[in-house]
Amino acid sequence: MEKKKPKNVFVQGAISSKFIGESIAKHQTKTSIGAHNIFLGQVRADEIDGKVITAIDYTAYEEMANQKFHEIREATFAKYNLTCMHIYHSLGAVTAGEICLFVFVSSPRRKVVFEALEFVVEAIKADVPVFGKEVFEDETHQWKQNT
Amino acid sequence: MQLTIKYFGMLAEATSTAEERLQTDICSVADLLKKLKNQYPKLHDKDFKVAINQELVNNNYMINNEVEVALLPPFAGG
Repeated sequence: MEKKKPKNVFVQGAISSKFIGESIAKHQTKTSIGAHNIFLGQVRADEIDGKVITAIDYTAYEEMANQKFHEIREATFAKYNLTCMHIYHSLGAVTAGEICLFVFVSSPRRKVVFEALEFVVEAIKADVPVFGKEVFEDETHQWKQNT
Repeated sequence: MQLTIKYFGMLAEATSTAEERLQTDICSVADLLKKLKNQYPKLHDKDFKVAINQELVNNNYMINNEVEVALLPPFAGG
């Protein structure tokens, strides 16, 4: 496969359902695809010590993060027979209930997209330097940590 | 040599610094962290990884060039 420069995965604020819908529609011309699989990460209104999270404010080491997203993309294409893959992650404030991560994989056949999607999402959680400030309703905050 | 040190997330908050320049001799990552922890005592109880020019390194790594050093708190993507 041809080597590509890292793309910018980040979008400012929440990822809208309109954007997600349009991404799906754009694939109607790619008729070798028989199966799509989509992961949407949504901000949870967790309650911690009686206070509810209202938003997560995302920051990142953007250059390194885009490089890591690129490496994950390359590793996924090497491992699975995918037609295409798209990753978008939010920066800045994303309110509880809104989407902060959108991963979209497509293949001629269904089985591969189930495995590939999990591989991509787990790699993003483990390897990409993105940081999340969980903001409570009283404007105090704590720092999110992936488990 | 001059290093660029970048702090992210809770570490930027603890140091009240996002980025700074630091003049230093050739040193290990461990030596550099000792210096930074002296400068910013709040770093002592923080969990973080170190990246040199966007690659994670361990504490034995020798810094012998003008590089970008990033202090990265636990990842929270997704």
